[in-house]
Amino acid sequence: MYNKSLKELSSSLQNKDISSVELSQYFLNRIKHFDGELNSVITSNEEAALVAAAEADKRIQSGNAGLLTGIPLLHKDIFCTQGLRTSCGSKMLDNFIAPYTATAVGKLEQAGAVMLGKTNMDEFAMGSSNETSYYGGVKNPWDLKTVPGGSSGGSAAAVAARLAPLASGTDTGGSIRQPAAFCGITGIKPTYGRVSRYGMIAFASSLDQAGAFAKSAEDAAIMLQAMSGFDEKDSTSVDKPVDDLLANLGNPIKGLTVGLPKEFFTDDLDDSIRETIETAIDAIKSAGANIKEISLPNINLSVPAYYVVAPAECSANLSRFDGVRYGYRCDSPKDLEDLYKRSRGEGFGDEVKRRIMMGAYVLSAGYYDAYYKKAQQVRRLIKNDFVEAFKSVDIIASPTAPSVAFSAGEKKDDPVSMYLSDIFTIGVNLAGLPGMSVPCGFVDNKPVGLQLIGNYFEEAKLLNVAHQYQQLTDWHLAVPAGYEKEA
Amino acid sequence: MSIQSEDVLKIAHLARLGIQQDQVEAYASDLSNIMNLVEQMNQVDTSDVEPMAHPLDQMQRLRSDVVTEVDQREILQQNAPDTEDGLFLVPRVID
Repeated sequence: MYNKSLKELSSSLQNKDISSVELSQYFLNRIKHFDGELNSVITSNEEAALVAAAEADKRIQSGNAGLLTGIPLLHKDIFCTQGLRTSCGSKMLDNFIAPYTATAVGKLEQAGAVMLGKTNMDEFAMGSSNETSYYGGVKNPWDLKTVPGGSSGGSAAAVAARLAPLASGTDTGGSIRQPAAFCGITGIKPTYGRVSRYGMIAFASSLDQAGAFAKSAEDAAIMLQAMSGFDEKDSTSVDKPVDDLLANLGNPIKGLTVGLPKEFFTDDLDDSIRETIETAIDAIKSAGANIKEISLPNINLSVPAYYVVAPAECSANLSRFDGVRYGYRCDSPKDLEDLYKRSRGEGFGDEVKRRIMMGAYVLSAGYYDAYYKKAQQVRRLIKNDFVEAFKSVDIIASPTAPSVAFSAGEKKDDPVSMYLSDIFTIGVNLAGLPGMSVPCGFVDNKPVGLQLIGNYFEEAKLLNVAHQYQQLTDWHLAVPAGYEKEA
Repeated sequence: MSIQSEDVLKIAHLARLGIQQDQVEAYASDLSNIMNLVEQMNQVDTSDVEPMAHPLDQMQRLRSDVVTEVDQREILQQNAPDTEDGLFLVPRVID
Protein backbone atom coordinates (compact mmCIF):
# COMPACT_ATOMS: atom_id res chain seq x y z
CA MET A 1 0.00 0.00 0.00
CA TYR A 2 2.67 2.52 1.06
CA ASN A 3 4.52 2.38 -2.25
CA LYS A 4 1.47 2.86 -4.46
CA SER A 5 1.38 5.85 -6.76
CA LEU A 6 -1.12 8.62 -6.23
CA LYS A 7 -3.10 7.51 -9.27
CA GLU A 8 -3.26 3.96 -7.88
CA LEU A 9 -4.35 5.20 -4.45
CA SER A 10 -6.90 7.47 -6.03
CA SER A 11 -8.44 4.71 -8.11
CA SER A 12 -8.56 2.43 -5.03
CA LEU A 13 -10.55 5.18 -3.34
CA GLN A 14 -12.84 5.73 -6.34
CA ASN A 15 -13.45 1.99 -6.71
CA LYS A 16 -14.24 1.80 -2.96
CA ASP A 17 -11.52 -0.82 -2.44
CA ILE A 18 -10.51 1.32 0.49
CA SER A 19 -12.02 4.38 2.17
CA SER A 20 -10.15 7.59 2.89
CA VAL A 21 -10.73 6.96 6.61
CA GLU A 22 -8.99 3.57 6.27
CA LEU A 23 -6.19 4.99 4.15
CA SER A 24 -5.64 7.88 6.58
CA GLN A 25 -5.65 5.49 9.52
CA TYR A 26 -3.14 3.29 7.69
CA PHE A 27 -0.65 6.15 7.34
CA LEU A 28 -1.37 7.45 10.88
CA ASN A 29 -0.43 3.97 12.09
CA ARG A 30 2.77 4.07 10.09
CA ILE A 31 3.62 7.43 11.69
CA LYS A 32 2.95 6.01 15.17
CA HIS A 33 4.98 2.90 14.45
CA PHE A 34 8.01 4.40 12.69
CA ASP A 35 8.28 8.05 13.65
CA GLY A 36 9.47 7.54 17.22
CA GLU A 37 13.02 7.21 15.95
CA LEU A 38 12.75 9.60 12.99
CA ASN A 39 11.10 12.61 14.70
CA SER A 40 9.74 13.84 11.36
CA VAL A 41 6.21 14.72 12.53
CA ILE A 42 5.97 17.22 15.39
CA THR A 43 2.21 17.78 15.55
CA SER A 44 -0.42 15.15 14.88
CA ASN A 45 -3.76 16.15 13.42
CA GLU A 46 -5.27 12.68 13.88
CA GLU A 47 -8.74 13.60 15.11
CA ALA A 48 -9.41 16.34 12.55
CA ALA A 49 -7.79 14.17 9.84
CA LEU A 50 -10.28 11.38 10.36
CA VAL A 51 -13.16 13.87 10.18
CA ALA A 52 -11.72 15.31 6.95
CA ALA A 53 -11.26 11.77 5.60
CA ALA A 54 -14.92 10.97 6.31
CA GLU A 55 -15.88 14.15 4.42
CA ALA A 56 -13.68 13.03 1.53
CA ASP A 57 -15.42 9.65 1.52
CA LYS A 58 -18.78 11.40 1.17
CA ARG A 59 -17.42 13.44 -1.70
CA ILE A 60 -16.16 10.28 -3.40
CA GLN A 61 -19.61 8.69 -2.87
CA SER A 62 -21.24 11.67 -4.54
CA GLY A 63 -18.96 11.26 -7.55
CA ASN A 64 -17.41 14.68 -7.06
CA ALA A 65 -13.83 13.63 -6.36
CA GLY A 66 -10.50 14.62 -7.91
CA LEU A 67 -7.13 12.87 -7.85
CA LEU A 68 -6.31 14.25 -4.40
CA THR A 69 -9.66 13.66 -2.75
CA GLY A 70 -9.13 11.47 0.29
CA ILE A 71 -5.33 11.35 -0.09
CA PRO A 72 -3.42 11.81 3.19
CA LEU A 73 -0.50 14.24 3.36
CA LEU A 74 1.73 16.15 5.74
CA HIS A 75 2.54 19.86 5.85
CA LYS A 76 5.81 21.49 6.80
CA ASP A 77 5.22 23.36 10.04
CA ILE A 78 5.98 26.67 8.32
CA PHE A 79 2.46 26.80 6.82
CA CYS A 80 -0.24 28.37 8.97
CA THR A 81 -3.04 25.91 9.70
CA GLN A 82 -6.09 27.38 11.37
CA GLY A 83 -6.67 25.94 14.82
CA LEU A 84 -3.56 23.75 14.75
CA ARG A 85 -0.19 24.72 16.26
CA THR A 86 2.19 26.31 13.73
CA SER A 87 5.64 26.44 15.36
CA CYS A 88 8.04 26.99 12.44
CA GLY A 89 10.39 24.72 14.42
CA SER A 90 10.92 27.48 16.99
CA LYS A 91 10.46 27.97 20.72
CA MET A 92 9.25 31.43 19.68
CA LEU A 93 6.07 29.93 18.22
CA ASP A 94 5.79 26.83 20.40
CA ASN A 95 2.30 27.93 21.52
CA PHE A 96 1.17 29.65 18.35
CA ILE A 97 -2.23 28.61 17.03
CA ALA A 98 -2.61 30.10 13.57
CA PRO A 99 -5.78 32.16 13.18
CA TYR A 100 -5.98 31.36 9.46
CA THR A 101 -4.82 28.81 6.89
CA ALA A 102 -2.10 29.34 4.29
CA THR A 103 -3.40 29.53 0.70
CA ALA A 104 -1.30 26.56 -0.46
CA VAL A 105 -2.67 24.40 2.35
CA GLY A 106 -6.21 25.66 1.72
CA LYS A 107 -6.00 24.75 -1.97
CA LEU A 108 -4.98 21.19 -1.12
CA GLU A 109 -7.76 21.04 1.45
CA GLN A 110 -10.27 22.14 -1.20
CA ALA A 111 -8.96 19.38 -3.47
CA GLY A 112 -9.92 16.98 -0.68
CA ALA A 113 -6.46 16.08 0.63
CA VAL A 114 -6.35 15.02 4.29
CA MET A 115 -3.73 16.67 6.55
CA LEU A 116 -2.32 14.07 8.96
CA GLY A 117 0.02 16.44 10.78
CA LYS A 118 2.84 18.96 10.62
CA THR A 119 6.46 18.13 9.95
CA ASN A 120 9.69 19.04 11.72
CA MET A 121 12.00 21.61 10.13
CA ASP A 122 15.01 23.77 10.78
CA GLU A 123 14.03 26.74 12.94
CA PHE A 124 12.37 29.36 10.71
CA ALA A 125 13.68 27.28 7.75
CA MET A 126 17.27 28.34 8.49
CA GLY A 127 19.45 25.29 8.15
CA SER A 128 20.53 22.50 5.83
CA SER A 129 20.41 19.55 8.23
CA ASN A 130 17.25 19.96 10.33
CA GLU A 131 19.49 20.24 13.39
CA THR A 132 18.40 23.80 14.28
CA SER A 133 14.83 22.70 15.14
CA TYR A 134 13.64 23.48 18.67
CA TYR A 135 12.04 20.01 18.58
CA GLY A 136 15.31 18.19 17.93
CA GLY A 137 16.83 16.89 14.73
CA VAL A 138 15.20 14.50 12.26
CA LYS A 139 16.91 11.25 11.38
CA ASN A 140 17.43 10.12 7.82
CA PRO A 141 15.57 6.81 7.31
CA TRP A 142 18.38 5.58 5.01
CA ASP A 143 20.91 5.86 7.84
CA LEU A 144 19.80 7.04 11.26
CA LYS A 145 23.24 8.46 12.01
CA THR A 146 22.88 10.96 9.17
CA VAL A 147 20.78 14.07 8.70
CA PRO A 148 17.79 14.22 6.32
CA GLY A 149 18.92 17.60 4.99
CA GLY A 150 17.05 20.80 5.56
CA SER A 151 15.25 22.89 6.10
CA SER A 152 12.27 20.71 5.05
CA GLY A 153 13.92 17.64 6.60
CA GLY A 154 10.81 16.33 8.35
CA SER A 155 8.73 16.34 5.17
CA ALA A 156 11.49 14.60 3.19
CA ALA A 157 12.19 11.94 5.83
CA ALA A 158 8.45 11.24 6.23
CA VAL A 159 7.86 10.67 2.51
CA ALA A 160 11.06 8.59 2.25
CA ALA A 161 9.89 6.34 5.11
CA ARG A 162 6.47 6.18 3.42
CA LEU A 163 4.72 7.77 6.41
CA ALA A 164 2.62 9.76 3.91
CA PRO A 165 2.38 9.71 0.12
CA LEU A 166 2.95 13.50 -0.10
CA ALA A 167 4.31 16.37 1.95
CA SER A 168 4.66 20.08 1.41
CA GLY A 169 7.91 21.99 1.77
CA THR A 170 9.47 25.37 1.17
CA ASP A 171 12.72 26.22 -0.57
CA THR A 172 14.68 29.44 0.02
CA GLY A 173 18.16 28.17 -0.89
CA GLY A 174 17.61 24.46 -1.51
CA SER A 175 15.33 23.47 1.38
CA ILE A 176 13.19 21.17 -0.79
CA ARG A 177 15.78 19.90 -3.27
CA GLN A 178 18.63 19.09 -0.86
CA PRO A 179 16.51 17.07 1.62
CA ALA A 180 14.79 15.34 -1.32
CA ALA A 181 18.27 14.30 -2.53
CA PHE A 182 19.45 13.18 0.92
CA CYS A 183 16.27 11.15 1.48
CA GLY A 184 16.01 9.60 -2.00
CA ILE A 185 12.68 11.13 -3.00
CA THR A 186 11.37 13.60 -5.59
CA GLY A 187 11.01 17.27 -4.64
CA ILE A 188 10.08 20.30 -6.71
CA LYS A 189 10.33 24.03 -6.10
CA PRO A 190 8.42 25.96 -8.78
CA THR A 191 9.15 29.40 -10.23
CA TYR A 192 9.13 32.21 -7.68
CA GLY A 193 5.57 33.55 -7.48
CA ARG A 194 3.89 30.36 -8.75
CA VAL A 195 2.61 29.18 -5.33
CA SER A 196 1.16 31.74 -2.92
CA ARG A 197 3.31 32.70 0.06
CA TYR A 198 0.22 33.83 2.02
CA GLY A 199 0.26 32.13 5.40
CA MET A 200 3.74 30.71 4.85
CA ILE A 201 5.92 32.13 7.63
CA ALA A 202 8.41 34.42 5.90
CA PHE A 203 12.17 33.88 6.03
CA ALA A 204 13.57 35.67 2.96
CA SER A 205 10.61 36.98 1.01
CA SER A 206 12.30 37.44 -2.39
CA LEU A 207 13.57 33.82 -2.31
CA ASP A 208 10.96 31.75 -0.41
CA GLN A 209 8.83 29.45 -2.53
CA ALA A 210 6.58 26.53 -1.57
CA GLY A 211 6.65 23.18 -3.31
CA ALA A 212 6.04 19.46 -3.08
CA PHE A 213 7.67 16.22 -1.96
CA ALA A 214 6.50 12.90 -3.39
CA LYS A 215 7.76 9.48 -4.38
CA SER A 216 7.68 10.31 -8.08
CA ALA A 217 7.57 13.20 -10.54
CA GLU A 218 4.01 12.23 -11.48
CA ASP A 219 2.83 12.43 -7.86
CA ALA A 220 4.70 15.71 -7.35
CA ALA A 221 3.03 17.10 -10.49
CA ILE A 222 -0.41 16.27 -9.11
CA MET A 223 0.34 17.97 -5.80
CA LEU A 224 2.03 21.03 -7.31
CA GLN A 225 -0.85 21.48 -9.75
CA ALA A 226 -3.25 21.81 -6.82
CA MET A 227 -1.00 24.22 -4.88
CA SER A 228 -0.22 26.58 -7.76
CA GLY A 229 -2.00 29.68 -8.93
CA PHE A 230 -2.48 33.39 -8.47
CA ASP A 231 -3.45 34.67 -5.03
CA GLU A 232 -4.33 38.30 -4.51
CA LYS A 233 -3.38 37.93 -0.84
CA ASP A 234 0.29 37.55 -1.81
CA SER A 235 1.66 40.68 -3.47
CA THR A 236 4.44 38.67 -5.15
CA SER A 237 2.11 36.01 -6.55
CA VAL A 238 2.20 35.95 -10.34
CA ASP A 239 -1.06 36.41 -12.23
CA LYS A 240 -0.46 33.91 -15.01
CA PRO A 241 -2.44 30.78 -15.89
CA VAL A 242 -1.01 27.53 -14.53
CA ASP A 243 0.03 24.99 -17.16
CA ASP A 244 -1.43 21.51 -17.07
CA LEU A 245 1.45 19.73 -15.36
CA LEU A 246 0.11 16.24 -16.07
CA ALA A 247 -0.77 16.56 -19.75
CA ASN A 248 2.83 16.51 -21.02
CA LEU A 249 4.40 14.01 -18.63
CA GLY A 250 4.29 11.28 -21.25
CA ASN A 251 5.83 13.34 -24.04
CA PRO A 252 9.03 11.90 -25.46
CA ILE A 253 12.10 13.98 -24.56
CA LYS A 254 13.80 13.19 -27.85
CA GLY A 255 15.36 16.34 -29.23
CA LEU A 256 15.34 18.30 -25.96
CA THR A 257 18.65 19.84 -24.99
CA VAL A 258 20.02 19.36 -21.49
CA GLY A 259 22.73 21.79 -20.36
CA LEU A 260 25.51 20.77 -17.98
CA PRO A 261 27.11 23.81 -16.29
CA LYS A 262 30.86 23.26 -16.35
CA GLU A 263 31.14 25.20 -13.05
CA PHE A 264 29.18 22.39 -11.34
CA PHE A 265 31.39 19.61 -12.73
CA THR A 266 34.86 20.79 -11.68
CA ASP A 267 37.67 18.69 -10.24
CA ASP A 268 36.35 19.54 -6.77
CA LEU A 269 33.26 17.39 -7.36
CA ASP A 270 33.33 14.11 -5.47
CA ASP A 271 34.13 11.32 -7.96
CA SER A 272 31.39 8.94 -6.85
CA ILE A 273 28.76 11.72 -7.06
CA ARG A 274 30.06 12.64 -10.52
CA GLU A 275 29.83 9.05 -11.77
CA THR A 276 26.29 8.68 -10.43
CA ILE A 277 25.18 11.91 -12.07
CA GLU A 278 26.88 10.99 -15.35
CA THR A 279 25.06 7.66 -15.41
CA ALA A 280 21.77 9.54 -14.95
CA ILE A 281 22.66 11.96 -17.77
CA ASP A 282 23.45 8.94 -19.99
CA ALA A 283 19.95 7.58 -19.33
CA ILE A 284 18.41 10.90 -20.37
CA LYS A 285 20.65 10.92 -23.43
CA SER A 286 19.54 7.40 -24.31
CA ALA A 287 15.97 8.72 -24.44
CA GLY A 288 17.06 10.99 -27.25
CA ALA A 289 17.98 14.21 -25.45
CA ASN A 290 20.99 16.23 -26.56
CA ILE A 291 23.60 17.01 -23.95
CA LYS A 292 25.48 20.29 -24.10
CA GLU A 293 28.12 21.86 -21.89
CA ILE A 294 27.16 25.36 -20.76
CA SER A 295 28.70 28.01 -18.55
CA LEU A 296 27.24 30.00 -15.66
CA PRO A 297 30.26 32.25 -15.10
CA ASN A 298 29.04 33.95 -11.91
CA ILE A 299 27.40 30.95 -10.24
CA ASN A 300 30.28 30.57 -7.77
CA LEU A 301 29.17 33.88 -6.24
CA SER A 302 25.70 32.60 -5.40
CA VAL A 303 26.48 31.42 -1.86
CA PRO A 304 28.22 34.73 -0.97
CA ALA A 305 25.36 36.83 -2.42
CA TYR A 306 22.75 34.62 -0.76
CA TYR A 307 24.31 35.10 2.68
CA VAL A 308 23.70 38.83 2.32
CA VAL A 309 20.24 38.82 0.72
CA ALA A 310 18.71 36.05 2.87
CA PRO A 311 19.92 37.32 6.29
CA ALA A 312 18.98 40.91 5.37
CA GLU A 313 15.43 39.88 4.52
CA CYS A 314 15.31 37.54 7.54
CA SER A 315 16.32 40.28 9.96
CA ALA A 316 13.51 42.48 8.62
CA ASN A 317 10.93 39.68 8.58
CA LEU A 318 11.73 38.36 12.05
CA SER A 319 11.51 41.80 13.65
CA ARG A 320 7.79 41.05 14.02
CA PHE A 321 8.58 38.62 16.86
CA ASP A 322 8.65 41.12 19.67
CA GLY A 323 7.05 39.25 22.57
CA VAL A 324 4.03 41.57 22.45
CA ARG A 325 1.41 40.38 19.97
CA TYR A 326 2.14 36.66 19.70
CA GLY A 327 4.89 34.20 20.40
CA TYR A 328 7.25 33.70 23.31
CA ARG A 329 7.57 36.33 26.05
CA CYS A 330 10.32 36.24 28.70
CA ASP A 331 9.47 36.15 32.40
CA SER A 332 9.10 39.41 34.35
CA PRO A 333 10.63 41.93 31.93
CA LYS A 334 11.89 45.01 33.72
CA ASP A 335 11.11 47.40 30.87
CA LEU A 336 10.12 47.34 27.20
CA GLU A 337 13.68 46.99 25.91
CA ASP A 338 14.33 44.11 28.28
CA LEU A 339 11.10 42.50 27.07
CA TYR A 340 12.17 42.73 23.41
CA LYS A 341 15.73 41.61 23.98
CA ARG A 342 15.10 38.70 26.31
CA SER A 343 11.98 37.44 24.50
CA ARG A 344 13.95 37.36 21.23
CA GLY A 345 17.18 36.18 22.84
CA GLU A 346 15.45 33.28 24.63
CA GLY A 347 12.87 32.52 21.91
CA PHE A 348 15.28 32.20 18.95
CA GLY A 349 17.98 29.55 18.59
CA ASP A 350 21.63 30.17 17.66
CA GLU A 351 21.43 29.93 13.87
CA VAL A 352 18.42 32.27 13.71
CA LYS A 353 20.23 34.76 15.95
CA ARG A 354 23.34 34.52 13.78
CA ARG A 355 21.34 35.31 10.65
CA ILE A 356 19.40 38.16 12.25
CA MET A 357 22.70 39.73 13.34
CA MET A 358 24.28 39.15 9.95
CA GLY A 359 21.26 40.85 8.34
CA ALA A 360 21.26 43.75 10.78
CA TYR A 361 24.97 44.20 10.07
CA VAL A 362 24.79 44.29 6.26
CA LEU A 363 21.83 46.65 6.40
CA SER A 364 23.34 48.99 9.01
CA ALA A 365 24.39 52.55 8.17
CA GLY A 366 27.52 52.71 6.06
CA TYR A 367 27.45 49.05 4.93
CA TYR A 368 24.30 48.93 2.81
CA ASP A 369 25.99 49.73 -0.52
CA ALA A 370 29.01 47.53 0.11
CA TYR A 371 26.94 44.47 0.93
CA TYR A 372 23.22 44.59 0.22
CA LYS A 373 23.37 46.60 -3.00
CA LYS A 374 26.41 44.63 -4.13
CA ALA A 375 24.61 41.33 -3.47
CA GLN A 376 21.60 42.48 -5.48
CA GLN A 377 23.89 43.37 -8.38
CA VAL A 378 25.62 39.99 -8.20
CA ARG A 379 22.16 38.44 -8.10
CA ARG A 380 21.35 40.04 -11.44
CA LEU A 381 24.57 38.70 -12.96
CA ILE A 382 23.64 35.20 -11.81
CA LYS A 383 20.14 35.55 -13.25
CA ASN A 384 21.55 36.88 -16.54
CA ASP A 385 23.81 33.82 -16.81
CA PHE A 386 20.79 31.53 -16.53
CA VAL A 387 18.80 33.61 -19.04
CA GLU A 388 21.69 33.33 -21.50
CA ALA A 389 22.00 29.57 -20.92
CA PHE A 390 18.30 28.97 -21.53
CA LYS A 391 18.64 30.49 -25.00
CA SER A 392 20.34 27.26 -26.06
CA VAL A 393 19.08 24.56 -23.67
CA ASP A 394 15.68 23.34 -22.46
CA ILE A 395 16.74 22.30 -19.00
CA ILE A 396 19.90 22.28 -16.92
CA ALA A 397 21.13 19.24 -14.98
CA SER A 398 23.61 18.93 -12.11
CA PRO A 399 24.08 17.17 -8.79
CA THR A 400 21.60 18.49 -6.18
CA ALA A 401 24.20 18.44 -3.41
CA PRO A 402 28.00 18.06 -3.32
CA SER A 403 27.74 15.00 -1.05
CA VAL A 404 25.31 12.39 0.20
CA ALA A 405 23.68 12.88 3.62
CA PHE A 406 26.34 13.85 6.17
CA SER A 407 26.48 12.72 9.79
CA ALA A 408 24.49 14.48 12.48
CA GLY A 409 26.76 16.93 14.29
CA GLU A 410 29.34 17.00 11.48
CA LYS A 411 28.70 20.56 10.32
CA LYS A 412 26.56 21.84 13.17
CA ASP A 413 29.23 24.09 14.69
CA ASP A 414 30.65 25.34 11.41
CA PRO A 415 28.09 27.62 9.72
CA VAL A 416 30.18 28.25 6.59
CA SER A 417 30.67 24.55 5.87
CA MET A 418 26.92 24.04 6.41
CA TYR A 419 26.15 26.90 3.99
CA LEU A 420 28.38 25.37 1.30
CA SER A 421 26.27 22.20 1.29
CA ASP A 422 23.74 24.27 -0.73
CA ILE A 423 26.27 25.33 -3.32
CA PHE A 424 24.34 23.80 -6.28
CA THR A 425 20.85 24.87 -5.24
CA ILE A 426 21.13 28.50 -4.10
CA GLY A 427 21.62 30.10 -7.55
CA VAL A 428 18.19 28.80 -8.61
CA ASN A 429 16.52 30.75 -5.77
CA LEU A 430 18.48 33.91 -6.50
CA ALA A 431 17.30 33.71 -10.12
CA GLY A 432 13.74 32.64 -9.14
CA LEU A 433 13.78 29.60 -11.44
CA PRO A 434 11.98 26.27 -10.95
CA GLY A 435 14.14 23.36 -9.83
CA MET A 436 13.73 19.82 -8.68
CA SER A 437 15.65 16.84 -7.36
CA VAL A 438 15.07 13.26 -8.45
CA PRO A 439 16.74 10.17 -6.97
CA CYS A 440 19.41 8.79 -9.32
CA GLY A 441 21.40 6.20 -7.41
CA PHE A 442 23.36 5.51 -4.26
CA VAL A 443 26.82 6.23 -2.91
CA ASP A 444 27.79 4.41 0.31
CA ASN A 445 24.19 3.14 0.45
CA LYS A 446 22.92 6.71 0.68
CA PRO A 447 20.75 8.33 -2.02
CA VAL A 448 22.09 10.79 -4.59
CA GLY A 449 19.86 13.44 -6.17
CA LEU A 450 19.94 14.73 -9.73
CA GLN A 451 19.00 18.40 -9.87
CA LEU A 452 17.00 19.57 -12.87
CA ILE A 453 16.53 23.30 -13.42
CA GLY A 454 13.92 24.72 -15.77
CA ASN A 455 13.30 28.08 -17.40
CA TYR A 456 10.76 30.43 -15.82
CA PHE A 457 7.27 28.85 -15.54
CA GLU A 458 8.41 25.70 -17.36
CA GLU A 459 7.52 23.34 -14.50
CA ALA A 460 5.68 21.13 -17.01
CA LYS A 461 8.84 20.56 -19.07
CA LEU A 462 10.87 19.92 -15.91
CA LEU A 463 8.37 17.35 -14.67
CA ASN A 464 8.20 15.79 -18.13
CA VAL A 465 11.96 15.14 -18.14
CA ALA A 466 11.89 13.87 -14.54
CA HIS A 467 8.95 11.56 -15.30
CA GLN A 468 10.61 10.19 -18.44
CA TYR A 469 13.79 9.57 -16.44
CA GLN A 470 11.71 7.69 -13.86
CA GLN A 471 10.25 5.53 -16.65
CA LEU A 472 13.81 4.39 -17.41
CA THR A 473 14.98 3.92 -13.82
CA ASP A 474 13.52 2.73 -10.54
CA TRP A 475 15.63 4.61 -7.97
CA HIS A 476 12.51 6.49 -6.90
CA LEU A 477 10.82 3.24 -5.89
CA ALA A 478 13.55 2.22 -3.43
CA VAL A 479 12.36 2.12 0.19
CA PRO A 480 14.82 2.41 3.08
CA ALA A 481 15.50 -0.87 4.90
CA GLY A 482 13.22 -1.40 7.86
CA TYR A 483 10.44 0.77 6.45
CA GLU A 484 9.32 -1.69 3.79
CA LYS A 485 7.40 -3.71 6.36
CA GLU A 486 3.81 -2.96 7.31
CA ALA A 487 3.19 -1.10 10.57
CA MET B 1 36.40 41.64 7.26
CA SER B 2 36.74 40.80 10.88
CA ILE B 3 33.87 41.42 13.26
CA GLN B 4 34.87 42.31 16.81
CA SER B 5 33.04 41.68 20.06
CA GLU B 6 31.94 45.32 20.25
CA ASP B 7 30.42 45.03 16.74
CA VAL B 8 28.44 42.00 17.90
CA LEU B 9 27.10 43.91 20.91
CA LYS B 10 26.16 46.85 18.71
CA ILE B 11 24.36 44.69 16.11
CA ALA B 12 22.60 42.66 18.79
CA HIS B 13 21.32 45.90 20.28
CA LEU B 14 20.16 47.17 16.87
CA ALA B 15 18.27 43.89 16.39
CA ARG B 16 16.97 43.97 19.99
CA LEU B 17 18.46 40.55 20.49
CA GLY B 18 19.60 39.50 23.95
CA ILE B 19 22.72 37.34 23.72
CA GLN B 20 24.75 35.72 26.47
CA GLN B 21 27.99 37.48 27.34
CA ASP B 22 29.92 34.22 27.09
CA GLN B 23 28.72 33.73 23.48
CA VAL B 24 29.81 37.11 22.13
CA GLU B 25 33.22 35.90 20.99
CA ALA B 26 31.78 32.85 19.26
CA TYR B 27 29.31 35.08 17.38
CA ALA B 28 32.16 37.42 16.43
CA SER B 29 34.16 34.52 15.05
CA ASP B 30 31.20 32.94 13.19
CA LEU B 31 30.10 36.27 11.70
CA SER B 32 33.68 37.04 10.63
CA ASN B 33 33.86 33.70 8.81
CA ILE B 34 30.56 34.41 7.09
CA MET B 35 31.76 37.89 6.09
CA ASN B 36 34.89 36.34 4.56
CA LEU B 37 32.64 34.13 2.46
CA VAL B 38 30.45 37.10 1.51
CA GLU B 39 33.41 39.19 0.42
CA GLN B 40 34.12 36.82 -2.46
CA MET B 41 31.50 39.01 -4.17
CA ASN B 42 34.21 41.63 -4.63
CA GLN B 43 35.86 39.41 -7.26
CA VAL B 44 33.42 40.79 -9.79
CA ASP B 45 32.95 44.37 -10.97
CA THR B 46 29.30 45.35 -10.73
CA SER B 47 29.55 49.11 -11.20
CA ASP B 48 27.16 49.17 -14.19
CA VAL B 49 24.76 46.47 -12.97
CA GLU B 50 21.22 47.35 -11.96
CA PRO B 51 20.47 45.84 -8.50
CA MET B 52 17.86 43.09 -8.62
CA ALA B 53 15.20 43.13 -5.91
CA HIS B 54 12.70 40.69 -7.41
CA PRO B 55 13.46 37.58 -9.47
CA LEU B 56 10.92 38.49 -12.13
CA ASP B 57 11.49 42.25 -11.86
CA GLN B 58 7.80 42.50 -11.12
CA MET B 59 6.45 45.75 -9.72
CA GLN B 60 4.50 45.78 -6.49
CA ARG B 61 0.88 45.09 -7.34
CA LEU B 62 -1.57 47.66 -6.00
CA ARG B 63 -5.16 47.08 -4.91
CA SER B 64 -8.08 49.46 -4.47
CA ASP B 65 -8.04 51.34 -1.19
CA VAL B 66 -11.05 49.63 0.33
CA VAL B 67 -11.49 47.81 3.62
CA THR B 68 -11.11 44.06 3.13
CA GLU B 69 -10.19 42.90 6.63
CA VAL B 70 -12.87 42.08 9.16
CA ASP B 71 -12.54 42.65 12.90
CA GLN B 72 -10.88 39.56 14.42
CA ARG B 73 -9.46 41.21 17.53
CA GLU B 74 -10.51 38.44 19.90
CA ILE B 75 -9.19 35.60 17.77
CA LEU B 76 -5.91 37.40 17.08
CA GLN B 77 -5.38 38.30 20.72
CA GLN B 78 -5.72 34.68 21.82
CA ASN B 79 -2.07 34.26 20.84
CA ALA B 80 -0.91 37.34 22.76
CA PRO B 81 1.14 36.82 25.93
CA ASP B 82 -0.77 39.50 27.87
CA THR B 83 -3.87 41.55 27.04
CA GLU B 84 -6.47 43.62 28.86
CA ASP B 85 -9.72 45.10 27.50
CA GLY B 86 -8.62 44.28 23.96
CA LEU B 87 -5.23 45.96 24.34
CA PHE B 88 -1.75 44.41 24.28
CA LEU B 89 0.03 44.85 27.61
CA VAL B 90 3.72 45.75 27.88
CA PRO B 91 5.81 47.00 30.82
CA ARG B 92 5.22 50.64 31.73
CA VAL B 93 6.91 52.93 29.17
CA ILE B 94 6.10 56.38 30.60
CA ASP B 95 6.50 57.07 34.32
